[in-house]
Amino acid sequence: MAHGPAKGITRWLFTTNHKDIGTMYLWFSFAMFLLGGVFALVIRAELFEPGLQLVEPAFFNQMTTMHGLVMVFGAVMPAFVGLANWMIPMMIGAPDMALPRMNNWSFWILPFAFAMLASTLLMEGGAPNFGWTFYAPLSTTYAPPSVTFFIFAIHIMGASSIMGAINIIATILNMRAPGMTLMKMPLFVWTWLITAYLLIAVMPVLAGVVTMMLMDIHFNTSFFDAAGGGDPVLFQHVFWFFGHPEVYIMILPAFGVVSQIIPTFARKPLFGYASMVYATSSIAFLSFIVWAHHMFTVGMPVAGELFFMYATMLIAVPTGVKVFNWITTMFRGSMTFETPMLFSVAFVILFTIGGFSGLMLAIAPADFQYHDTYFVVAHFHYVLVPGAIFSITAAVYYWLPKWCGNMYNETMGKTHFWMAFLGLNLTFFPMHFVGLAGMPRRIPDYALQFADFNMIASMGAFLFGAAQILFLFNVIATIRGGKKATDEVWENPEGLEWTVPSPAPYHTFSVPPEVK
Amino acid sequence: MSSEGSYYVPEQSKLPIVASLGLFLTVFGAANWLNGDSKGPTILFCGGLLFAFVLWQWFSAVITENINGMNSPQLKRSYVWGMGWFIFSEVMFFAAFFGALFYVRTFAIPWLGGEGDKGITNEILWNGFQSEWPVMTTPDMAVNGDAAKVSGPGQSMSFANVDSLWSWLPFWNTVVLMTSSVTVHFAHTALKNDNRKGFNLWLGLTVALGIFFLILQAEEYYEAYAHMGLTLDSGIYGTTFFMLTGFHGAHVTLGTFMLLVMFLRSLLKGHFKHDDCFGFESASWYWHFVDVVWVGLFIFVYILG
Repeated sequence: MAHGPAKGITRWLFTTNHKDIGTMYLWFSFAMFLLGGVFALVIRAELFEPGLQLVEPAFFNQMTTMHGLVMVFGAVMPAFVGLANWMIPMMIGAPDMALPRMNNWSFWILPFAFAMLASTLLMEGGAPNFGWTFYAPLSTTYAPPSVTFFIFAIHIMGASSIMGAINIIATILNMRAPGMTLMKMPLFVWTWLITAYLLIAVMPVLAGVVTMMLMDIHFNTSFFDAAGGGDPVLFQHVFWFFGHPEVYIMILPAFGVVSQIIPTFARKPLFGYASMVYATSSIAFLSFIVWAHHMFTVGMPVAGELFFMYATMLIAVPTGVKVFNWITTMFRGSMTFETPMLFSVAFVILFTIGGFSGLMLAIAPADFQYHDTYFVVAHFHYVLVPGAIFSITAAVYYWLPKWCGNMYNETMGKTHFWMAFLGLNLTFFPMHFVGLAGMPRRIPDYALQFADFNMIASMGAFLFGAAQILFLFNVIATIRGGKKATDEVWENPEGLEWTVPSPAPYHTFSVPPEVK
Repeated sequence: MSSEGSYYVPEQSKLPIVASLGLFLTVFGAANWLNGDSKGPTILFCGGLLFAFVLWQWFSAVITENINGMNSPQLKRSYVWGMGWFIFSEVMFFAAFFGALFYVRTFAIPWLGGEGDKGITNEILWNGFQSEWPVMTTPDMAVNGDAAKVSGPGQSMSFANVDSLWSWLPFWNTVVLMTSSVTVHFAHTALKNDNRKGFNLWLGLTVALGIFFLILQAEEYYEAYAHMGLTLDSGIYGTTFFMLTGFHGAHVTLGTFMLLVMFLRSLLKGHFKHDDCFGFESASWYWHFVDVVWVGLFIFVYILG
């Protein structure tokens, strides 16, 4: 076992190897990405034209809910944990993750949790239908019976996340090679360290809020029931105390990925390494004091509205530092545009668009107009799709040659990029317009004046979906063969992962490397 | 067993996937039970048993590895980091429930009582409700009288007056738990001085105090349910009271069990050395953590209740 992987299925079931576990995380995440994508396409197919044609409104609600839950907890988060598993030990010169068995446990909880969550679609009363934010009392008093399974699925995937985060912190703080000081760590490692702290701080709060729901539903407590002295708005406060750091959990590792890729293809070191570290920490800190900007219209004292408005706007400062750094890194660089770079450049531009619409939403009085419209949908899809999804895709193209020893097909990669780029802009840009014009989110039917933009959005969505099939094909083809990759893969990339052979041996850094 | 350089990377292990299965069956059974499915309890029981069995195996494996000298100082530090941040995650879990208590007392109840710009809810929906803590008359009772579905408690657990301090059960609970935090520290000191007898004695005393606390807590719950009309569904007061003290009690139970295991390991197997006792130390950290949570409860649920 010391020299290579075990044979057969037990390699995957019983493994303690960070690369195997990273691979499983990534494949699981891709499967969930396709599942959540199918849910999204059901939504877009129904919205292709005004009127009800394909699905019942009740089922439509289940689709919006399941799409959000599967994408957030099943696709984006596990993908980043998969990247962390593969890359962090190799980037810091460690032999493996700090706690390898717990690592495998964190992974194997997920298939069970999502099998349970997906099975709610087949239950009497249907799947959860209250939106991925599961506001009480929709998710308590008026919820389908399957909500109980949803609650327990959240509980165990939360346990998985907490264990994963503990493992990452222990690895980064305890397993660095000699000479790898904190301020020498690659930014991907830094952003993940901070993300892990966010996870440890907020996943228990999520567990707390679903526990309160469980008690209200089955044991007649009054957390979210005004008749007993509770408050449904309490749900929103506790949920968003988790929820806002959660959106940074989905974007900070993306910042890390892009900060690795842009210097490689601009052939310049990152413009301001230290400022990137401090900006990431600032964003993480601010994420804890802005949660109620999701609740401007729910009824808060004016002092609350103002505090959360200004605190939210502050986030633009460290985020601006980051965008500035990526651009100045590219400035006067010898740039080439291989697929990972294309995705990264698109990330910088499109994420900035999402950031600006976020700034618009941060203005409390303006938010009274935007709240719960398609403008919000456009905003968070602009930060999540070209933000989280594009950076994960970029990371896969960037490190795939290191993982499997073969180069991917560049033409296919670029085709994937342009299809995805076009598809996502066609899908989400028109949503800004229909949202500003007043189209509410989470409805299966809409007024006639929104028809054209919705049709464009639906066509874009199917284009984006098709692009992912090409991605899958490209990845499988690369694993099965292709041009051999060199150890460095790219031209003089920085980092310890490029000093080991391609494909990376099953065990790397049995003896810690010396970092100068 | 393979050793990668100086860091011990364990062989393949069946434990994680079986643990996942056990955890899944436990929650799947619980969900079925709550939804009224008769198979629920059986699934829950089997899952829980499987999970407990795996944990037993897992901890045995870790202890054996340590005794066989496979754990480098670096790996031991990984365990220390792991336990430390696990406790922090527990702190955040309690923070959610304390936060709910603060929110309800500071905002929700005064608003329901008609205070401030949100007070309109009182006029329109809950006319007659008076803001008070503990909430003895729920908004539902204020509006619907005897027809109310959510009734307040008959009596609360709040601190009445200084004269009754000596007969006040939460006070003695505090004394017991605070003392146990001191005794577990004495046990640690004894172990550091290689005083095995003292270690066993102080640790055994800590476990006894933990059990005594749980008995007092059970007595308090019995009083609440049997004589005070205070139950889990007695409006928001009953909700916050039982959820906070209940989760704390569950953590005390777990902490007592952890310390009991450490006690038996020392007594029966002679485990722990003065410089190698992280199993015991992590249990004692956990014990200090539940103690600190109790101090928060004592102040915010009982004294200022």
